[in-house]
Amino acid sequence: MNELRPREQAPPPQQRRAEMRVRPTGPIVPSANVSGHALMCVIAIMSFLACLTLGGVSMVRATAQSWQSQISREITIQIKPDDGLDMEKALADARDLALTFAGTKSGTIVDRAATARLLEPWLGGGLDLDELPVPRLVVITIDENNPPDFAAMRKALTETIPQAFLDDHRTWVDRLVAMANTTAMIGTGVLMLVFSAMVLTVVFATRGALSGNRHIVEVLHFVGAEAGFVASEFQKHFLRISLKGASAGGLLAALSFAIASVWQSQTLATPETDQATALFGTFSIGYTGYLGIFAIILVIALLTTLTARLTVMRTIYEIDLIRSDPGRTDVFQG
Amino acid sequence: MTRDWAVPLIHFENVGLRYGMGPEILRDLTFDIPRRSFQFLTGPSGAGKTTLLRLLFLSLKPTRGLIRMFDRNISSIPREEFPMLRRRIGIVFQDFRLLDHLTTYENVALPLRVRGKDETTYRSDVLELLKWVGLGERINVLPPVLSGGEKQRAAIARALIDRPEILLADEPTGNVDPPMARRLLNLFLELNRLGTAVVIATHDLSLMDQVEARRMILSQGRLDIYE
Ligand SMILES: Nc1ncnc2c1ncn2[C@@H]1O[C@H](COP(=O)(O)OP(=O)(O)OP(=O)(O)O)[C@@H](O)[C@H]1O
Ligand SMILES: [Mg+2]
Repeated sequence: MNELRPREQAPPPQQRRAEMRVRPTGPIVPSANVSGHALMCVIAIMSFLACLTLGGVSMVRATAQSWQSQISREITIQIKPDDGLDMEKALADARDLALTFAGTKSGTIVDRAATARLLEPWLGGGLDLDELPVPRLVVITIDENNPPDFAAMRKALTETIPQAFLDDHRTWVDRLVAMANTTAMIGTGVLMLVFSAMVLTVVFATRGALSGNRHIVEVLHFVGAEAGFVASEFQKHFLRISLKGASAGGLLAALSFAIASVWQSQTLATPETDQATALFGTFSIGYTGYLGIFAIILVIALLTTLTARLTVMRTIYEIDLIRSDPGRTDVFQG
Repeated sequence: MTRDWAVPLIHFENVGLRYGMGPEILRDLTFDIPRRSFQFLTGPSGAGKTTLLRLLFLSLKPTRGLIRMFDRNISSIPREEFPMLRRRIGIVFQDFRLLDHLTTYENVALPLRVRGKDETTYRSDVLELLKWVGLGERINVLPPVLSGGEKQRAAIARALIDRPEILLADEPTGNVDPPMARRLLNLFLELNRLGTAVVIATHDLSLMDQVEARRMILSQGRLDIYE
């Protein structure tokens, strides 16, 4: 606007340069305000919870699956002691007979020492098995994909060794499978609930944080900014906030899993850990777990950005709507 | 865009406006705003000056009547095109509407920034204009720190920075002392000499007495024009 230059004399050069110093242009959307920090916190918390739930649920599901497979991988033959029964021979016979069936892989006789250890919790140490009529076990591993004919095996066994009893864990397996399925379903349900809560919270928190910026949208719109320009300014801002918040939450969750897994491996075989392991399986969530956390961060960032865009577009639409409806005085004061 | 001088910049025909179910604030307004014209819009408080400016700024739609701007009937323009039209109009709001988180310099540069211009291309223009409106020392100050008159001058500078074809100013001298008011008036006159049509809404009689200009007087919903 050279033509508007005042007619007075120009200021001396040094003074002129001092005046020219302008701070680096600030972002159109204010970078830090209270609602922005609150939104970042909400996003971090929701991302943390979602990641924790995802990791926890996938852990529980993996454990439930391993229950099924570990149990059904073995069957046991129990032989009750009886007068005149040569226990060691009967055990060997039972194992050999079982192994003649297709679908069995190997057989192990649980020896005296191991049996004593098994019974130790109930009967105490220093046990002499010969004095007690304790049944003995043969553990047969089977090919899960091609299981042997249990009925035929049972029949053959009782024919040669009447004291033998074949336990294919069918009842147990059925119950565990049912339980595992239920657990997996509950896990999926919890995951879905937490994810819905996350989506809703993020959307509403974003809209809440935006509502304080309405005047900015209005001013930009009135100085001639196109809707797309205004929306992209806000998108940039909210993308930054959500990436920061979601990464913080995700990292914290990943860290929690890493710490728990380290704790578990260091205290392996203590009663506390054994209990935790039985319940939750191992705390390592593997690379799929970390991939899941990464996916959650991306989803949250996308969600926030999209919400910001839609909300800004809607705000502009509303501002324009007042144009066509002068009676609307609620949102705009000219 | 052909610049046919015979066609007025803005043409109102039997325009009426009411807010909701209320009384008609503006009734049967028929007038032109020629290109390169300079006029005051005056009338008692509550007469509808701001309302008329909002009609001119496309932020209100008339309840009835026809408005043509830049040779187009505005009721037939899709809303996506409004930003492009608004870029040809500069407006000084009665309540300034500066963004509190941007410095004076950034506020004034905002219209250029939203047009996608690079900062290096306009920096000296913005600084020059700021100096001219007496804000040379306040370029890095945030609006909450500015006095009422300084805010007003910043708002005026923002409206002028992209050389609009028409400038709408709502009480642009309401917060400044008479010497500054005269200075701002001179700025508007200079702008007008450079080809911008100017509409100044004011009830400052002493300001209007300083210039021989067209006066549009609103009262009871009607408009009287004194050339
Ligand atoms: N958004 C609105 N909704 C309803 N009525 C409104 C609205 N804006 C203004 N009015 C009414 O329209 C009338 C004209 O208002 P306007 O602001 O245009 O007056 P004005 O001439 O600019 O007054 P002033 O000189 O005090 O600024 C007033 O009676 C006002 O109450
Ligand atoms: Mg007014």
